[in-house]
Amino acid sequence: MAAVHFHNVTLGYDRHPAVHHLNGEVAPGALVAVIGPNGAGKSTLLRGIVGILRPLDGSIHLGGLDSRDIAYLPQSAEIDRSFPISVYDFVGTGLWRDAGLFGGIGKAAREKILRAIASVGLNGFENRPIGTLSGGQMQRVLFARVLLQDARLIVLDEPFNAIDSKTTTDLLALVKHWHGEGRTVLAALHDMEMVRNHFSETLVLARGPVAWGPTAEVLTPENLMVAMRMCEAFDDSATACAEGGRSRAA
Amino acid sequence: MVYDALIGPFTEFEFMRRALAAVIALSLAGAPIGVFLMLRRMSLVGDAMAHAILPGAAVGFLLSGLNLFAMTAGGLIAGFAVAILAGVVARSTGLKEDASLATFYLASLALGVTIVSIKGTNIDLLHVLFGNILAMDDQTLLVVAFNATVTLLVLAVIYRPLVIESVDPLFLRTVSRAGGPAHLAFLALVVINLVNGFQALGTLLAVGLMILPAGIARFWSRDLTVMICIAVIAAAISGYAGLVLSFQTRVPSGPAIILVATVLYIVSVLFGRVGGIVRQLFPGRHLEA
Repeated sequence: MAAVHFHNVTLGYDRHPAVHHLNGEVAPGALVAVIGPNGAGKSTLLRGIVGILRPLDGSIHLGGLDSRDIAYLPQSAEIDRSFPISVYDFVGTGLWRDAGLFGGIGKAAREKILRAIASVGLNGFENRPIGTLSGGQMQRVLFARVLLQDARLIVLDEPFNAIDSKTTTDLLALVKHWHGEGRTVLAALHDMEMVRNHFSETLVLARGPVAWGPTAEVLTPENLMVAMRMCEAFDDSATACAEGGRSRAA
Repeated sequence: MVYDALIGPFTEFEFMRRALAAVIALSLAGAPIGVFLMLRRMSLVGDAMAHAILPGAAVGFLLSGLNLFAMTAGGLIAGFAVAILAGVVARSTGLKEDASLATFYLASLALGVTIVSIKGTNIDLLHVLFGNILAMDDQTLLVVAFNATVTLLVLAVIYRPLVIESVDPLFLRTVSRAGGPAHLAFLALVVINLVNGFQALGTLLAVGLMILPAGIARFWSRDLTVMICIAVIAAAISGYAGLVLSFQTRVPSGPAIILVATVLYIVSVLFGRVGGIVRQLFPGRHLEA
């Protein structure tokens, strides 16, 4: 049973597709890089997987996982960093699945939070408000929360953007650790070198799928050129897609 | 002498004791709500909603005179109606929520004043606009206390999702469906507390005992829990001092309370530990690390 199964998925905004007719599946425990130029639909695809964006057409099946089994790391711009919350409390929100509205945070849970903070290298930062952290430190905090979520499917949206190489190395090690634990990891990435060296499977996306398979076979200059060209096709006056199922029938 | 000025009014007069009880109830419930309004950048939304309550309260007034119970019920209905309508308009059109709220609040204020003027006198109008905490009867005091209790209970229930939704709404959406209901419950609490404040401070100042203490607290702490405590204390102090001031100088009670809060606010802006002006001008020597 696949961890993620795309069945002719079209995702987009306002009827304009950002990801067009994607088919395929992600095996459980796979470590998949999603690459493509800006505007290729990487973020859109990830939003579709975690369920905050509903497909315009087709469907995404998560082989028996529900939203609580997914940890999603969006691009951090959506977080209100001025909110007065400490690193400890912020990371602690990752325990939502266990604690929910009223569940107590017991001794074991508190230790889990501290361990998560320690394993991203932020010992001593527990009581700092998140507003005082640097970009790299904030990203470490977000990884600590993902760690705490203990999810079977982990979805990372450009997790290493604007992050220095030390932090990237540390966090990448964490990603590989998750992979080693048998979790399924999907990450939108820009750094081809990193993809080549650390990710076994790659999806080259350019609104539609350009290529998908073992990284060594997929990550070719030709595919990347194709991706570049395919991305420039947004048309305000586009007509309804002939392959479209649901929208055409309506 | 000091006793006569600061405590005497409350031992001597029952209406002062009621007013003090009311103002403390308002502080306990309203200030935490104000802190969340501020942190969610909804301070002006609270203000707009306060005006939205007016026509409802005015209709209550029209039907049963200066009966606070009827005015409360009317205010609640109108507040919820406008909150929902503004939300719907903002969500179903391109109009931003603040613009749609501004429209609603101006219309509501005009409508409310018109309705009160049709039947009432200028004194009634003043009462509606600025409240009269010194005229609390038992029934009204109970309503205020009840609303405050409900507010604190509901706030306890929605506290976690409300905090997470404020700091990282996207995260909450991926792990839970509690965000939407928590937001709605919060809006309901805003309306309830505005109606509460309306009794004491009137429609124009009701939001004052929520937002000003929150603004004060912002200058003294970076911790949400501490912030809420400071806001409650600041509100209670403003209420108490405002009542004393009003008693001794015959300044109307509502404005007196808000003026005291304003003074505390100015002091906080100047001397606050977190981002106060003096602190910024004279930060002291920089630290080792």
